[in-house]
Amino acid sequence: MTTMPTTRDEAWRYSDIAAVQKLGAAALDQWEEITLAAGETKRQCMIVGDEAPELHRIRIKAGEGARAELFVVIVGNDYARVEVETELATGAHFEFGGVTIGGGDAVREFVTRTTHDLPEATSNQVVRAVHWGEATGNFLGAINVGRGGQRTDAGQDFKALVLEKGATANAKPELEIFADDVKCAHGAAIGQMDEMARYYMASRGISPDLAKKLLVRAFIADALAALEDEGEAERLLEAALDVLDDAGDRIA
Amino acid sequence: MLKIENLHAEIDGKEILKGLSLEVNAGEVHAIMGPNGAGKSTLAYVLGGRPGYEVTQGSVTFNGKDLMDLEPHERAAAGMFLGFQYPVEIPGVSNVQFLREALNSQRKARGEEPLTGGEFLKLAKEKAGLLKLDMEMLKRNVNVGFSGGEKKRNEMVQMGILDPAFAVLDETDSGLDIDALKVVGEGINAIMRKPDKAVLLITHYQRLLDYVQPDFVHILSAGRIVKTGGADLAKKLEDEGYDEVMAA
Repeated sequence: MTTMPTTRDEAWRYSDIAAVQKLGAAALDQWEEITLAAGETKRQCMIVGDEAPELHRIRIKAGEGARAELFVVIVGNDYARVEVETELATGAHFEFGGVTIGGGDAVREFVTRTTHDLPEATSNQVVRAVHWGEATGNFLGAINVGRGGQRTDAGQDFKALVLEKGATANAKPELEIFADDVKCAHGAAIGQMDEMARYYMASRGISPDLAKKLLVRAFIADALAALEDEGEAERLLEAALDVLDDAGDRIA
Repeated sequence: MLKIENLHAEIDGKEILKGLSLEVNAGEVHAIMGPNGAGKSTLAYVLGGRPGYEVTQGSVTFNGKDLMDLEPHERAAAGMFLGFQYPVEIPGVSNVQFLREALNSQRKARGEEPLTGGEFLKLAKEKAGLLKLDMEMLKRNVNVGFSGGEKKRNEMVQMGILDPAFAVLDETDSGLDIDALKVVGEGINAIMRKPDKAVLLITHYQRLLDYVQPDFVHILSAGRIVKTGGADLAKKLEDEGYDEVMAA
């Protein structure tokens, strides 16, 4: 039986432990297993989040030359955590796109651990967070490259847009590399809405609300850029933008 | 069309415009010239409603309405266009999407039907052609990766598409090479030289005025208009300099 985590555990550092406790230890034991055979491609798109805490733990095993794609938007009003552990065989690829969006005081987080123990596997993770009120968006991304992980190419890109004072974003890249011929890139940036862009749009007749929506849409679209199914990409984008619409005038 | 009376405006508590008065009627092109720091760009931004530019005294009426009562996007819908000295880059938003949203927002505010995608593209193509801007540029993100000259031509394409009654053009000529200057000048004439439209052209140099003949030239200095004349005043400025002309 799994023991309950605390914020002293690295992977739970910025979590809402009270919400995790509400979910109970049983939820921690539930892992969704996704296995890809050699050469197989699998894609999963998820819209996560409701009025109650949610925890999704996903374990991906990608066989030789396989391609695993996961795109998730976290849009709920309560604690939500999506945790993804990925093991990549030789030449396999993991593509991850994540969006957290929302206000209130909820914590919404992605925690990924990507293991490159075999050669020539690649991974690309793009996460965008948009928050207001007293909300928190987290991305904790661990990349482990073992001795056998030569010619790994792994990338992590996190950007957060904090729309109001009081909202928080945490980025925690964690790279552990034991092979010498490896490319690992990570970037993180946290910023505010580009008010000059918003004024420029207003000067052309676009209302502040619509300008905000267009800018947020452009911002989070990066996380879904690798999703080739346009219909699915649009569905996820709209789910995220609905949260912004619902907040309406309450955010400036 | 535009009536500015005794306008005082400040940024961060510093007064920049100090009692500026100006009247622009339909069918007229006015040029505003002046040395660095005179308040030319401040005037443009005050008319465009940029946040942080505070009007402390005086009034501006635009087609009978108090301009200061209107939000920036409402000014646009009322027919005002501001050509930026430094057009803003918007990553992730294409020019076409941006302009279609802008035009349809304005049309909606005026109670007009929105243009369909096809109708909009036809219009955009026509105006891009007028300014010799490749239609491919309009598919790219707003001003991202554009050269200085391309940004300025893009401003004029936007003006063509939005078809305003009144345009404030803030140093639209800066950053343009000689050929582009001619294209932009002719573009301004084609779009705005009409009996029901007017232009306020803010510039440092006389060269744009070779293509866009002004009806009035004003010299702005230390936040006020200190001299007004015809097109010949700009030529005189170019020959003699601000100090000389203002002292005369």
